[in-house]
Amino acid sequence: MKSRRHELRAALGFLLPNLLGFLTFTAGPVLFSLVVSFSNWHLHRTIPFQWIWSGNFLALLRDPQFIMYSLNTIYLMLGLPLAVAGSLALAILLSQRLRGIVVYRTLFYLPTFTAGVALMLLWKALYNPEFGAFNAVINRALDLAHADQLVRSLGGAGVSAPTWLLSTKNLWGLEAEYVRVGPGQWGLGARDALIIMGVWIAIGGNNMLLYLAGVANIPTELVEAAQLDGAGRWAIFRNVTWPQLAPTTFFIVVMSCIGGLQGGFEQARVMTQGGPAGTTTTIAYYIYTKAFEEFQIGYAAALSWILFSAIFVITMINWRLGSKELSY
Amino acid sequence: MAKSKDFAAWWYRRGRFGASHIVLGVIAVTMLVPFMWMVLASFKPLQEVEQLNPFPSQWRFDNYSRVFEQVPFARYYFNSIFIAAWVTFLTCLTSAMAAYAFARLRWRGRDTVFRLYLATLMIPGVVVMIPNYTIMVKLHLLDSYTGLIVPASFGAFGTFLLRQFMLTIPPALDEAAAMDGASPWQIFWDVVMPLSRAGLVTLGIFTFLGSYGSFFWPLILIKSEHLRTLPIGMLFFDTVYGRQTNLIMAASVMNIVPLIILFVAAQRHIVRGVQLGAVKG
Repeated sequence: MKSRRHELRAALGFLLPNLLGFLTFTAGPVLFSLVVSFSNWHLHRTIPFQWIWSGNFLALLRDPQFIMYSLNTIYLMLGLPLAVAGSLALAILLSQRLRGIVVYRTLFYLPTFTAGVALMLLWKALYNPEFGAFNAVINRALDLAHADQLVRSLGGAGVSAPTWLLSTKNLWGLEAEYVRVGPGQWGLGARDALIIMGVWIAIGGNNMLLYLAGVANIPTELVEAAQLDGAGRWAIFRNVTWPQLAPTTFFIVVMSCIGGLQGGFEQARVMTQGGPAGTTTTIAYYIYTKAFEEFQIGYAAALSWILFSAIFVITMINWRLGSKELSY
Repeated sequence: MAKSKDFAAWWYRRGRFGASHIVLGVIAVTMLVPFMWMVLASFKPLQEVEQLNPFPSQWRFDNYSRVFEQVPFARYYFNSIFIAAWVTFLTCLTSAMAAYAFARLRWRGRDTVFRLYLATLMIPGVVVMIPNYTIMVKLHLLDSYTGLIVPASFGAFGTFLLRQFMLTIPPALDEAAAMDGASPWQIFWDVVMPLSRAGLVTLGIFTFLGSYGSFFWPLILIKSEHLRTLPIGMLFFDTVYGRQTNLIMAASVMNIVPLIILFVAAQRHIVRGVQLGAVKG
């Protein structure tokens, strides 16, 4: 009895530094932000403080920018399946007994490891429509092929290199301001540029390392048995590798969705300022502008709770689907 | 007969491996080319950056010293490393202590508190950023090292990671130490901590990385120039001197060189750390 009380006191001593920090900077703020989201709190302007309860949330539903930026966030997440499939393919290639595996793995992981403002400035320079390396190559290729004259002689409007981060065009032909397909919007624009960069960064990154560990954990007897039965490489992948990797894939998909929904802030701040015409503004960047540029703390807090709810719901859906998938 | 069959198998395998090397090689080059462009552009005179020729006609090594002349880049370095070192030290220490309380001591309410910790892992950072910013305003810690270091030093994540790690250490060891009359602190410091070294190294590396690259919190907190970290300093440099692509690239190279050194030095820990789930998000 005495020793147990002793342990409680010791536990409190060990826990206290972290617990204080946790309560002050994590648990407390979570509750605080929920409370604030029911108010019209404005940090720097002298609007009288008021509890407006559901006011922020109702305003959000009628906020056309919020709807547009939600769609932008989803648009930018379209690169995720590509990156995950690529990571899987690379992991399977790297799981063979080849020479130089560590060198390949290091090179593939390099963009993830160095990701940040420096790499974004690099890609911003690469995408520069006048001076960037991409358009230098594309323009040279178009010149060599006489592509512009060719298309004009066929009655087209001519071809020119994309203007990348300055363009509202996109691969789906969506209009910038409204949710509909617009004429002349089809092409490569800022959002696609960010997706390409995202796939380049992520394809050989953490997901590939997780898949590598997953492939290494597949019992060799399973593969050998399949080979004895005369299964081809695709059959082995379909019936052995893929089902064995299901838990890894599930984890990666959940984490990618969570990351994607709250992502896009750094690119928007460093590379595009959320533009052109707001096409690269994600929910995270919208929250930043509302809270720290317009100082509408209440509204921003409501936004952040909507984002949290979306993440929560999607994680729960994934969990349901995942546990169904994993049970057989 | 058997020999020719072996030869066919060898040839088949060679062909397959050759094809794998070609695919892997192409992707490796795709990964590498932007970095090469960055390094080469950082040595070019400005008017050559936009040219297709990858190599500079004259190597401008002074691009690097010019970065230091235009912005206090050494200060950015110092700030980033100083802050990251403190955040890493505090996170490892407080997380390890808390993890010990969760993994090794028995007390009422332990699992409830731990579940509270776990529940916050799913919350997006931006939810807490807004109240934390207002807390910093109230405490007059905007624009200070304390404000940059302290809120970043108490992640629930480190506690979770180290708890998992400590659960794998046989409890017989601390029971034996307790029999010998060791206090909980001695057991923690002399028995559990040395055995948790691998977990601490992993947590340390990823905490350092996270702090070195952190962007959102310093961006909203830093107002004055002498506190700017590398990411914030680079953003400022790009906003003011953005036309000088060669200098921006020189700064970017200097930004990622410490990361590459860290990766080469600690690759084993990093790869294993990722595979253990040491990376959030």
